[in-house]
Amino acid sequence: MTKKYILGLFRDEVPLLHAVQELRKEGNSIHEVYTPFPVHGLDDALGYKRSRLPRAAFLFGCLGGTLGLSMQAWMLGVDWPMNIGGKPALAWVDFVPVTFELTVLITALGMVATYLVVSDFIPGNDPKMPDPRITSDVFCIAISAEGASASVGSRLRQLGAEVQEKEVEL
Amino acid sequence: MFESPTRRPLITGKTSYSQITEDIIKPIEAKPTKWWYLGFTVSLAALGLWLVSVTYLLFTGVGVWGLNKTVDWGWDITNFVWWVGIGHAGTLISAVLLLFRQKWRTAVNRSAEAMTIFAVICAGSYPLLHAGRPWLIYWVFPLPNTYGSLWSNFNSPLLWDVFAISTYLTVSLVFWYVGLIPDLATIRDRAVGLRKKIYGVMSFGWNGSAKGWQRFESVSLILAGLSTPLVLSVHTIVSFDFATSVIPGWHTTIFPPYFVAGAVFSGFAMVQTLLIIMRKSMRLEQYITLNHIDVMNKIILVTGSIVGSAYITEFFMAWYSAVPYEQYAFVNRAFGPYWWAYWTMMTCNVITPQLFWSRKLRRSLTASFIISIFVNIGMWFERFVIIVTSLHRDYLPSSWLMYSPTWVEIGMFIGSLGLFFTLFFLFAKFLPVIAVAEVKSIYKTSSEEEIAKTAAKEGINLQEAHAHTNGAH
Repeated sequence: MTKKYILGLFRDEVPLLHAVQELRKEGNSIHEVYTPFPVHGLDDALGYKRSRLPRAAFLFGCLGGTLGLSMQAWMLGVDWPMNIGGKPALAWVDFVPVTFELTVLITALGMVATYLVVSDFIPGNDPKMPDPRITSDVFCIAISAEGASASVGSRLRQLGAEVQEKEVEL
Repeated sequence: MFESPTRRPLITGKTSYSQITEDIIKPIEAKPTKWWYLGFTVSLAALGLWLVSVTYLLFTGVGVWGLNKTVDWGWDITNFVWWVGIGHAGTLISAVLLLFRQKWRTAVNRSAEAMTIFAVICAGSYPLLHAGRPWLIYWVFPLPNTYGSLWSNFNSPLLWDVFAISTYLTVSLVFWYVGLIPDLATIRDRAVGLRKKIYGVMSFGWNGSAKGWQRFESVSLILAGLSTPLVLSVHTIVSFDFATSVIPGWHTTIFPPYFVAGAVFSGFAMVQTLLIIMRKSMRLEQYITLNHIDVMNKIILVTGSIVGSAYITEFFMAWYSAVPYEQYAFVNRAFGPYWWAYWTMMTCNVITPQLFWSRKLRRSLTASFIISIFVNIGMWFERFVIIVTSLHRDYLPSSWLMYSPTWVEIGMFIGSLGLFFTLFFLFAKFLPVIAVAEVKSIYKTSSEEEIAKTAAKEGINLQEAHAHTNGAH
């Protein structure tokens, strides 16, 4: 569904960051900011909370470690114990390498899958972005036109932006 | 963040954000150069040799290799360990250097990671084919079966290797692709027609939003944190294949760190070889600068010295152990029938990297290129020495045998180089060889122009400052 947005386009991240701080200080609500590369401090300026992906990663790690260790213990210790020179079947030290590898594998796959799903990054998805130059050299502040103060366009211009109004899906 | 303005630039010449996009994406949009076609054809020919050798092997059996009852691991495992080792630099650059916030990694991480993936594919082909019936390779995984179920033996380092290598390949691939997504979107947004469609599908709908970047950075950091112990575990486990056995020359506790250092050493040498060719043929001198070559040579020097000390430690421990078999294994390595392999290894791995104490040689492209090739050769011989010389003289002199490869083994080795380079040429043609977004993110702190601006503002004479640091080197 498309909506009307006021877009402030910048060519450099320093005025962009400044503009975001100023606009938020003046009580404007910013829909989203688009940049060609990660701009240091932008998420703080926008008041974004820290990503919860590390927590997802931790949970997947616990799952992988538990699965890995219990799989080996069950297979060699319970389901089919083998007598190898009278050594114990449940030789847990031997299970460390595979447990470690499975922990890493399941953490990585689980976290990346979570990342793709929560970000709506699915192969073939249309990019919901206001301007195609964003992936090269344009930095863009998108403010929803609905409910925005009348002066926000001129304020953006004052802060060094090139201002556009666009009907897009973001 | 404060950055000393006297630091050497990592991006030289006149640049801007759009210029960076242009310089790195252009080769993907343009027709390949004649050098690309030449290199690609040669690689394809070598790949053809691989197909011939492997087909013959599969139809005849592993008896076509030169292995015998005494030397039952030869070129196959040598090549396996060599390729896995080469695969270590990519993850080291992208993961360890990310954790240490080393900015120079941004120019080289993408191609080094690609190299890692291709090298691990080449490595994996050897145990796969050594298994004899590669179509039954799923037997190594713990799958329910009709024998009981008789599960895989988790006490065996060879099985640990299966898990280590397959995890390493998967995680490296995921790490690489997650990093590629924003750059694929850059290609998408410049393209039209079919190319736009293909890169559109591949870029997963990336839009460069602040939230997207926040998550991207979070995921990258955790993947780096995971890959760091992973990369150390992989070659450690490869070394367990040897170290947990009771063969004199293999049964040593020094193996894990010594193998990891050797892997990083050979990996950086291979990165160096490829980068020197790539920066020239794709005109990326502004992004892969002499400063990059210099720091990588320093890593080659450090890891080369670790490897050299390990060789000497091994020799000392063999003597100090007072075990005659252990002592014999080492004397036999250096002065037995395979002495030439041992001394090739010593020359290439211990002596040549020491040349990098000289700043002039570190910053010379010709010297770096030649030395990196020497290191690649030396590290191949290291694995050959460890494997073949430790095996060829058994406990019973009646089973003392020599080993030499057949044409099939030679064909498979040259062929695996063909496979590696074919994949690398395809990568260089269709994907951005430098992480575009990451290079842009260091532009303000590390480009020649911006450093000059900051220096001018603060009244620092750059030439003087650099002359001073040169003296300190």
